[in-house]
Amino acid sequence: MNAYQHVHSQPKPQRDEAYNFAYLDEQTKRMIRRALLKAVAIPGYQVPFGGREMPLPYGWGTGGMQLTAAILGAEDVLKVIDQGADDTTNAVSIRRFFARTAGVETTERTPEATVIQTRHRIPETPLSADQILVYQVPIPEPLRFIEPLETETRTMHALNDYGVMHVKLYEDIATFGHIATSYAYPVMVDERYVMDPSPIPKFDNPKLDMSPALMLFGAGREKRLYAVPPFTKVVSLDFEDHPFQIQSWEHNCAICGSHDSYLDELILDDAGTQSFVCSDTDYCAQRVIQQQEAGQ
Amino acid sequence: MISAQALHNVVPLPESAQPLLKVRDLTKLYGPDKGCQGVNFELYPGEVLGIVGESGSGKSTLLSLLSGRCPPDRGGIDYRGKDGQVLDLYSASEAQRRTLLRTEWGFVEQSPRDGLRMGVSAGANIGERLMAQGVRNYQELRAAGIDWLTQVEIDPLRIDDLPRTFSGGMQQRLQIARNLVSSPRLVFMDEPTGGLDVSVQARLLDLLRALVRELDLAVVIVTHDLAVARLLADRLIVMRRSRVVETGLTDQILDDPQHPYSQLLVSSVLQP
Repeated sequence: MNAYQHVHSQPKPQRDEAYNFAYLDEQTKRMIRRALLKAVAIPGYQVPFGGREMPLPYGWGTGGMQLTAAILGAEDVLKVIDQGADDTTNAVSIRRFFARTAGVETTERTPEATVIQTRHRIPETPLSADQILVYQVPIPEPLRFIEPLETETRTMHALNDYGVMHVKLYEDIATFGHIATSYAYPVMVDERYVMDPSPIPKFDNPKLDMSPALMLFGAGREKRLYAVPPFTKVVSLDFEDHPFQIQSWEHNCAICGSHDSYLDELILDDAGTQSFVCSDTDYCAQRVIQQQEAGQ
Repeated sequence: MISAQALHNVVPLPESAQPLLKVRDLTKLYGPDKGCQGVNFELYPGEVLGIVGESGSGKSTLLSLLSGRCPPDRGGIDYRGKDGQVLDLYSASEAQRRTLLRTEWGFVEQSPRDGLRMGVSAGANIGERLMAQGVRNYQELRAAGIDWLTQVEIDPLRIDDLPRTFSGGMQQRLQIARNLVSSPRLVFMDEPTGGLDVSVQARLLDLLRALVRELDLAVVIVTHDLAVARLLADRLIVMRRSRVVETGLTDQILDDPQHPYSQLLVSSVLQP
């Protein structure tokens, strides 16, 4: 739950001149941009890149940060979200990192941001064509669960040999009676490459399809990046008799009353009292403000 | 006296009269006389060919060459596909070879652990080839799984169990089901009964013989067990030190071996 601050955007902070702009050196950023161009040219294809050490551990968003550093300009407005929230440790520290090393303006408002770095969510507010979404990816290879060899998975991608992807979905139905994969749900990009959309809930998968915003994915430990260019067809894999479905809730958000956003379950006491609230804190706060304004 | 009409009737159909596999001077050497060299033969639809020989004679090398797993130093393989097109295996693209391996061909490994996905259920193992061929209907995959478990004499109730909970013989039968589900025309087997005890071996051989006849499969089977060869194979190739030393009908070779090495091989079988 968040208390929304009425200060939407922070004033432009002072850049720490001891660092190069956005922390990484210019050669590294150039190398990442070249890899990004290739990734955009081949939607869903994993491009290897020379990942650098970042001043935080693997698994905390080093891949996403390197991509953000490579594309950030002085006039950009940055938003960072972690599980939909702007105020969790990962989001706060990455936002402060770029405020200090790049001196860029930061915001919590989705429509105001030009670059959004995200972990595990796509904002509920629809994105526009002048925005870029940067995902933090732990395991970029969707075939990894069944094929441990990198040489083999690359061959499988190259030869369009994707039969095993459905083996996992089959196992889900055989075990649980329905497709129980609920995050990192595999997608087919532009009818060619199977892609892991990073651990976003499958609730967000439909937002990938024909999105007007550019989507970039960075995996720091695995040193791979990939992209979904604007207006690209992205289809979630499924069976004819078990079609792809997104999660739904019987409850409404306890704060803003939303019934069509992704909800987090909160346990409030030892007796197991639950409450459901929006996982996207900015979306929730904006709805509360609208409701207050309408009430006045 | 046989009439001309009757003679005409026994002439085999053109389909089965043409060889499925044509092997020309197939050679792959790891050292002098290590590997296999100068192998020529033809395999016809529905025929079972046994490759016998001692350890290190090149049987397994020959099998991996035949099944498109490693390119030869010399020679080639022509495969006649379902559509009647002849494909030169090693000048075809890797994509074509892979498609062949998961549709018209099958490969039964010596150890079921190499041929099965041990982390997913029996049903998923059987369904994988169908899914790779584009079957996207769960009920259909399920029905195929149950059907094939029954055919290889595994209780269909075990369709959701992991292969590692199966006995060695059951795993081997599951591997056979997984390969046969796409109704292949040609199956390679590398010592399919190795590592199984004698009574389980006998049952597996029985099952294999029934399936081969029923589905009209062509099989290339590598074995060092002459009893297996006698039971399954129509024709035998005897290998020694990377070379084929004798070929012929199974009974002919086992009952009247010509080459000294074949004679040695046949005479060294233990009689209980």
